[in-house]
Amino acid sequence: MLGVDPVVVRAIAGVLVLLVVASAIAWFLRRIRPRHDFRELVSRIRSWWIMAGVFALAMVLDRTISLAFFGLISFLALKEYLSLIPTRRADRRVLLWAYLSIPVQYLWIGYEWYGLFVIWIPVYAFLFLPLRMVLIGETTGFLRAAGTLHWGLVTTVFSISHLAALLIFPDAGNPHGGGPALVLFLVFLTQFNDVAQYIWGKSLGRHKVAPTVSPGKTLEGVLGGLATTTVLAWLLAGYLTPLDTRESLIAGVMISLGGFIGDIVMSALKRDLGVKDSGSMLPGHGGILDRLDSLTYTAPLFFHFVYYTHG
Amino acid sequence: MLKLLFFQLVVRPIVLVVLGLNVRHRQRLPAAGPAIVVANHNSHLDTLVLMTLFPARMLSRLRPVAAADYFLRNRLVAWFSRNVIGIVPVDRSGSTDRDRLFDGATAVLRQDDVLLLFPEGSRGEPERMSRFRSGLYHLCSANPHVPLVPVFLHGLGKALPRGEALLVPFFCDVFVGEPLSYSRDRDEFMQRLNEAMRVLSAEGEFPSWD
Repeated sequence: MLGVDPVVVRAIAGVLVLLVVASAIAWFLRRIRPRHDFRELVSRIRSWWIMAGVFALAMVLDRTISLAFFGLISFLALKEYLSLIPTRRADRRVLLWAYLSIPVQYLWIGYEWYGLFVIWIPVYAFLFLPLRMVLIGETTGFLRAAGTLHWGLVTTVFSISHLAALLIFPDAGNPHGGGPALVLFLVFLTQFNDVAQYIWGKSLGRHKVAPTVSPGKTLEGVLGGLATTTVLAWLLAGYLTPLDTRESLIAGVMISLGGFIGDIVMSALKRDLGVKDSGSMLPGHGGILDRLDSLTYTAPLFFHFVYYTHG
Repeated sequence: MLKLLFFQLVVRPIVLVVLGLNVRHRQRLPAAGPAIVVANHNSHLDTLVLMTLFPARMLSRLRPVAAADYFLRNRLVAWFSRNVIGIVPVDRSGSTDRDRLFDGATAVLRQDDVLLLFPEGSRGEPERMSRFRSGLYHLCSANPHVPLVPVFLHGLGKALPRGEALLVPFFCDVFVGEPLSYSRDRDEFMQRLNEAMRVLSAEGEFPSWD
């Protein structure tokens, strides 16, 4: 843990305390209601432990490892996406090029080359992949293949890589723990918002907010999550970020609503494909995209907000 | 030893990270030999993936049945096939008498090893399952008490189809079926096996790939 900012260590310790509390509650629930089936909850919490552990480790080891970790997340997410959607047999090698864009994207971030990091996927990958497809010459289903591939790249590589860009945020921009503290702030609030929306929706939810896309989501859940997350953002901002009161409230609203939208956009995609979960990597959660859905919106939104106000 | 190193250091990391498996009903796999595991065949990866499903201590007991004309075609490939993968060669040319065709495989089962077999006969069109051929019946009738476990594989033909040298990452599905018992009626036996494979394949929802 040499060279790790004490702010980051304390934040990670806070997350671990929360997980201990969650595990204790699950244990207690199983004691008082032995007949009820809590397997889903238990495997969900177990997966949370593993995710938090791996994430914390990746954050406190050196910078290259942290960047490689986010690159691996992008790779797993893109692989899950490409395994989920219909692809064309002819495009096998095109997909390989799409995968190769991942290390390059994270390389620009490692070089702190902001200009290339923000255009690599939306400009160069966008222009190159259709060219590669044209060289193969298969035109049936061309637009659909090019469009779905680009949507997946932007979601799983471009959006998610904003976490890595946040990680190398200059220390001068955030005296409270630098980039790692910002990443912890964003990831924690995004995941917390998911849980808060779920709990508010379960206890008070009445009015469906997106009945055709995600029937479980209610207006009460969204608003309850919005209030809780915004208050928490305001409370934590002073410890982990350079944001002042007004900025921290804006960030809270942004993370809460962005997270909700990322969630239902992924739900719409899954509904279109006729699947319940995006995969089976994380027991109790589903696939990796099921866990990253909110971050695909909150990561770029929060990064550019902090970059604009304090970069 | 070579086999163990190759699987632990090369095959397992590739299968786990580059591919990624979604295994259903893993507990139905035989915990010890003798047993025959049959699967549909789409890719060279099929054999390697099936072998990673078993614990490392069983590795030396896993014996894929493989076409002699292909896997013994030159000395280098033959050395690798025999010593690193541990194949049991079978003659596809038709020149061997049918009663003797599976002598090698039967001998391996007598040593309580696990045979891995692809009864479609070749990798065929990727991700298109063809009917299992009845050569398997003759092997089973020579070993009627050995359990037969069907396994359905999906996605490996997308990752590395026949005739391609570049591996493209995809998550792959492995559905293990209930063990099947032998019955003397050949057509009935093959029909039960093909039906078991059809039911397994219907467990998954797979995106189109054309």
